[in-house]
Amino acid sequence: MPTSDYDPACLPDLLPLYYRRLFPFSQYYRWLTYGGVSKSYFQNREFSFTLKDDIYVRYQSFSTQNELEKEIQKMNPYKIDIGAVYSHRPSQHNTVKSGAFQALEKELVFDIDMTDYDDVRSCCSAADICSKCWTLMTIAIRILDRALREDFGFQHLLWVYSGRRGVHCWVCDEAARKLSVTARSAVAEYLSLVKGGEETVRKVVLSDPIHPFISQSLGVVENYFNKYAIVDQELLASKESVDRVLSLLPEDVRKELLVHYQNEKNPVNRWGILTDLVNQKRMSSKKGGYFEKEIMLQYCYPRLDVNVSKGVNHLLKSPFSIHPKTGRVSVPIDVRNVDKFNPFEVPTISLLCEELDKSRADEEEDGIKNNETQSAERRKIRDYKRTSLAKYIKLFDQFLDAMAHTRKGEILKKSDLQKEF
Amino acid sequence: MKCTALRHVGSLWCLQSRKVALGSNPELYGHCLQLYGQPPLESVSLVQFETFAVERLKLLKSVENLGVSYVKMSDDYQKKLSTELCSLNFPHRTSVKRRKDHISHFILRLAYCQTEDLRRWFIQQEMDLFRYRFSILSAKYKTEFLHRNNLKYDTVSIEEKKTLKDELINSSYGISGATIAEQEFYRVPFQDALDLVRLRKVFLQVGYAYIPHQDIVTIVLNDFRTRLSKALALTARSLPAVQSDERLQPLLNHLSHAYVGQDYSFQKNIGKVSLEQIDPLSTTSFPLCMRQLHKALREQHHLRHGGRMQYGLFLKGVGLTLEQALQFWRAEFVKGKVDSEKFDKAYAYSIRHMFGKEGKRTDYTPYSCMKVILSNPPSQGDYHGCPFRHSDPELLKQKLQSYKISPGGLVQILDLVKGMHYQLACQKYFELTHSVEDAGFSLNHPNQYFTESQKLLGGGKEVKKEVEPPQRGQEIAGSNAQSAPTQSPKVQALDKMGDLESFFLDE
Repeated sequence: MPTSDYDPACLPDLLPLYYRRLFPFSQYYRWLTYGGVSKSYFQNREFSFTLKDDIYVRYQSFSTQNELEKEIQKMNPYKIDIGAVYSHRPSQHNTVKSGAFQALEKELVFDIDMTDYDDVRSCCSAADICSKCWTLMTIAIRILDRALREDFGFQHLLWVYSGRRGVHCWVCDEAARKLSVTARSAVAEYLSLVKGGEETVRKVVLSDPIHPFISQSLGVVENYFNKYAIVDQELLASKESVDRVLSLLPEDVRKELLVHYQNEKNPVNRWGILTDLVNQKRMSSKKGGYFEKEIMLQYCYPRLDVNVSKGVNHLLKSPFSIHPKTGRVSVPIDVRNVDKFNPFEVPTISLLCEELDKSRADEEEDGIKNNETQSAERRKIRDYKRTSLAKYIKLFDQFLDAMAHTRKGEILKKSDLQKEF
Repeated sequence: MKCTALRHVGSLWCLQSRKVALGSNPELYGHCLQLYGQPPLESVSLVQFETFAVERLKLLKSVENLGVSYVKMSDDYQKKLSTELCSLNFPHRTSVKRRKDHISHFILRLAYCQTEDLRRWFIQQEMDLFRYRFSILSAKYKTEFLHRNNLKYDTVSIEEKKTLKDELINSSYGISGATIAEQEFYRVPFQDALDLVRLRKVFLQVGYAYIPHQDIVTIVLNDFRTRLSKALALTARSLPAVQSDERLQPLLNHLSHAYVGQDYSFQKNIGKVSLEQIDPLSTTSFPLCMRQLHKALREQHHLRHGGRMQYGLFLKGVGLTLEQALQFWRAEFVKGKVDSEKFDKAYAYSIRHMFGKEGKRTDYTPYSCMKVILSNPPSQGDYHGCPFRHSDPELLKQKLQSYKISPGGLVQILDLVKGMHYQLACQKYFELTHSVEDAGFSLNHPNQYFTESQKLLGGGKEVKKEVEPPQRGQEIAGSNAQSAPTQSPKVQALDKMGDLESFFLDE
């Protein structure tokens, strides 16, 4: 799919078009009102905007969809962040008595950033990504999505591409939004297996018994490990890489492997020898040791920033926001087809604007009149449907429909309970 | 001894001018352990009031220290805690001691409900104490406790236990194929078992935690924490009435300051350190954690948020002015990928925030050792934390060797680290780098390390008495402007890092 070349200098010209014709305001509003169950839920939500020249404004809030739309179309923010639902309207927080203005609820969020894997990927570093290391995100999504659903019972997860080098997860269940700071941090800790900073070599330590969550996660990693780590990342090819892997093993195993590796150069075979040796050691010694599993996890298991997840008032980039450096839209990811997701195919704002222009030209060619009586809304729907954004908005709609369905179920359940005496 | 009269307000109780015989409520003290749901409704003399409070405070302080020096609930920990309870007269065999337990708890509530920090500390120690006391109960008394307090939890059916047999065995410590049949399992929402969830010591399915009876203490603890938290918030509201009694107020203030000690929120040495001195000082007088951060900053020309906070606040405590701090950080960051303009936009705000000049204008306090060790562990790309706690022992050893620590000293340090005595290890590092036998102080704060070091090296000038009390509105609930007769250092400023944390995402 041809992607228009995006030039950050054009952003100020493209944003007005994007916000007027493409940004899905009505779906967005539908999301954040959550069926209107709580009054003022939308009105008390904090948004923040990053404007031109890095000007950052917090505590933006809006009474209606229209107000939100108008303001965004006026400010043309480079970046939009979503914060918490507060006790009062964020735009009026200065008028509230100190201490009374509190963050009450927010979605449970996770932020997986590729730079956190720099010590274990050889193809890229820092802000770069490629199709090889993107597999790490695929693995992260699979593991976390399963755990959040099956272990924690959450149902409404929105996975979003961050626009450059990572993914975000928005857990939107009512129970999730009401979680305390302590609860959020407990969930994030439960999901964390890779621990330690620059000063820690061995970042994953497993001991008996292996918790079912870890077994499940290992299952996912094992599906990808050979292709991703051994082949694509060439884990056991170069001396440097081999040394780093071996530094995670006990001395005796390491020495033995180095001897074997003098004769065996094929990385796939090398990994086989490694796992054999570790298994042998585990069988024979009382202390066990799951070194091969630890290696797999250290190289592949999701690394999440606990601080992002634990704060109720933490601000996170909004879905459908544009990434100023890449021009890509933060689009929802279809988890059912997560292996097929390609970040390089995500539309950029320049592509979308081009598609818009083209479709407008087509329209005129076909002689379709711009019917004045048609509402701006309908026109807008026609607009995005003619662009690459269509399928992503459809995904978002499906997500919203599912939540609406659950809400309906809850209401029915409640009324049933009330009918029974 | 003059005794006092006090009006009953909400959760407070009556004190009368007569000493009264032992508490005579059999129901209330029917079990050695309680959830402190009911305030005491009897009379206490002022002497007892003070004694009870001080002794419980000593107990909670011990609980805190033991929690840092030993793994909680390990054998050593339990042994030492039991000794403490005895020596401070808090055993729980007789009714008399149970009454003391009851009353002293409520007195300390008065002292510790005032700020977020005090509440957090009080709840943490009371929970640790409760956890210990509950765990040593026999199964019979545990069950009795649950009944008495109406704590009913959903039990897992035998069929479900069978289906989930393997998962349950692999998620709960000490459960085997044999014991699983005999033991009752409870199914509670995961939000009620956060301590187990956090450590992944429990099986989770669709939002429910499956907890064996042996671990029931965790759910009870959660209950305990929730109740205590609510109660403290309520108490705080009734506090002004209590504090208007001039005889109680000094005592309560004294109690809440007693545990804090120096918190270095108050800059005594403002402007006494020049920026050129920082490099040499980092090797002679900084604790290892700050030395590490400084080095990383010099080498990378950048530090992530956790590092900026820990090091930035430390420097503030050392005496840097806001202007110096801005100059310091800007000069370093500009050598890296951040240009001067971006620095002013993104990072300068954060530094001014630290000094209380932005946002909520809270004057943030430099982190204590406890805070550095226990909260916000470093991850990939981070240099903050406590090296004795968070570094690989191998790497720590290499680093200390490069700092010319003697092999003998190295062994001592590593032994302390192995025994999880991180602050003692740092103290040893102090002793070795300053060539003294005994540090002469008990280390619990990085700025304390610096001050003591400067004292020893004779470098620090005489500490100027009081520069100027910070202008920000500190939250001292109910304190009157003219009172506070105790000249003790600050009440802790609100340490709510909320705003700051959420605002700054690392690029």
